[in-house]
Amino acid sequence: MPSEQNYKLVVLVKQVPDTHNVTSDAMKEDGTMNRAVLPAIFNPEDLNALEMALAFKERYGGEVTVLTMGPSKAAEVLRESLYRGADRVVLITDRKFAGADTLATSYTLKSAVEKLGAFDVVFCGRQAIDGDTAQVGPQTAEKLGIPQITYAESIVELSGGEIVVQRALDRGMEMVKCSLPCLLTVVASANRPRPASARKRIEYKLAATPFEYQDVLEKWPEFETVEALEAYLAERSLQIPVWSAADLDVEEDKLGLEGSPTQVYKINFVVLETRDSKEVSPTQEGVETLVQELVQEYVVG
Amino acid sequence: MTDTKNIWVFIEQDEGQIADVSLELLAKAQELAGSLGGEVCALLCGHDVDELAQTAISHGAGRVLLIDHPELALYRSLPYARAVTDLVRDRRPYICLFGATSVGRDLAPRVASAARVGLTADCTDLQIGDYNSKKDKQLYKDLLYQIRPAFGGNIIATIVNPRTRPQMATVREGVMRLQPPDDTREGVIERIEPVIEDQDLVLQVLSRQVRQSTVHLKDSPIVVAGGAGASCKEDFELIRELAHVLGGEVGASRAAVDAGFISPEHQVGQTGITVRPRLYIAAGISGAIQHRAGMDQSNKIIAINTDPNAPIFQVAHYKIVGDLAEVIPLLISALREKAK
Repeated sequence: MPSEQNYKLVVLVKQVPDTHNVTSDAMKEDGTMNRAVLPAIFNPEDLNALEMALAFKERYGGEVTVLTMGPSKAAEVLRESLYRGADRVVLITDRKFAGADTLATSYTLKSAVEKLGAFDVVFCGRQAIDGDTAQVGPQTAEKLGIPQITYAESIVELSGGEIVVQRALDRGMEMVKCSLPCLLTVVASANRPRPASARKRIEYKLAATPFEYQDVLEKWPEFETVEALEAYLAERSLQIPVWSAADLDVEEDKLGLEGSPTQVYKINFVVLETRDSKEVSPTQEGVETLVQELVQEYVVG
Repeated sequence: MTDTKNIWVFIEQDEGQIADVSLELLAKAQELAGSLGGEVCALLCGHDVDELAQTAISHGAGRVLLIDHPELALYRSLPYARAVTDLVRDRRPYICLFGATSVGRDLAPRVASAARVGLTADCTDLQIGDYNSKKDKQLYKDLLYQIRPAFGGNIIATIVNPRTRPQMATVREGVMRLQPPDDTREGVIERIEPVIEDQDLVLQVLSRQVRQSTVHLKDSPIVVAGGAGASCKEDFELIRELAHVLGGEVGASRAAVDAGFISPEHQVGQTGITVRPRLYIAAGISGAIQHRAGMDQSNKIIAINTDPNAPIFQVAHYKIVGDLAEVIPLLISALREKAK
């Protein structure tokens, strides 16, 4: 048996609105979107990335750190990560990060990964369902100066500091071998993410960022003061650290809206042309008439 | 260089074959160049791919930038990104376009990050127009409007890159029209020597299996597509049979693909393929906006659904409220009857 190593594994995750399940009540009367009613979820492929990192740790040894950039509410996906087995989580949040496109986002994430220190593998989901760009992974790899393996489906082998990964392509697959460190973007078909563990849910139920201390106090008034709560959390390593721009080695003009070369010129809500359709009865007679019409108009035949 | 408005198209090739999306983009680039006055350049990377340069010219390139190197024989992120980034930084074209394929979506972000320019993914339309930036308090003329669905397909966003050059975008396959080649066209072939560093070669391709797609959805004049309403394998067999009788291809909504009835390459819609056949039959497809956006330009649409209020009926020319398991056999026999 090869001795277990302490691989440093980093997972980049995002909290997103559940755009795949946009219900009619999410559309306002004027045709605009009511984002508030869309539930915020763990970006699905980021769960696959987390699963791949946890499985890596179980197989080869190491430590899994999960980072997310977002508003303070995004701490929810960090707790979800702890419930699944992450060793450490960090929330990266600052008004200065708001409005970031993929270039500014990857710059911020790169700075946060570097602040963690040495690392071996960075895992991210292939893409987030709110933007579907699939750009942040490769751009973060470029900024870190490391190779990227996109569309990772499985880690086949790890030996001698080299990783063998199977990639899912548009029409086929590819097997690649790469030295560490590297960045993987993980596809949905890679694995079935484990559910939260009941034991860890209890262990980490109080895990919170300082933004959430008031909420925790309201739920568990027995702590009485923020200071008492803080001391309790600190003792049990349940404080979720928060990094702002000031904590990172960044140039401010490369952050957020200011650091984003792309600008949104306009947004249109999708309204497809509605046609007057001809009703065809689902009977032999109805269908035969339809076929006749299609033949006459040279649509078929 | 700053005054010329050249448009570059990255030519994706595999084993001597240029990807359709690259040729579609050459046609689109020619149209855009018409209003900008720049040159259309094909960026052709690979090894021993000289004969593809003429194909690019026939499809609209006025110039081919031919980057030939043994290390570029098979696509790999790092050497390709190195070669393309160096040239992009050196010449700063006005616009640079890639197909939104597994290659384009791997390469373009890496290049955009290194060149520190904006990139828009998965565009479904490109136009030229002016932009009055509130942020910069400035009017920018003749920018590239990069138009794409966002937010799960519920909105269409127009994105611009006012200040950085090139303006970069990846574009979905099948949304721009492929033009027939014109072999009388002439163009310049310019050879570029790339400088590939050792550190670009840390990744090796051990094996690669790419199957030729047997699905020709995009070009098929008739598509019969099934959705979640095809609630079992037998229903999907009916859909295949109808497609066969009509001489068409089988399509599907995401729901049918997710349910495992059919492989993803049959998927029609924003995250699949955009089709505009002569006849589109949607069977058991409710018609989520993501699906409709991929087929609503079809010449004739027949929708079959048990729910009379299914959104698919809004775009249908013929509406059949009924169970596909009953309606499709009627259609098949009526068509067979006609053929006699």
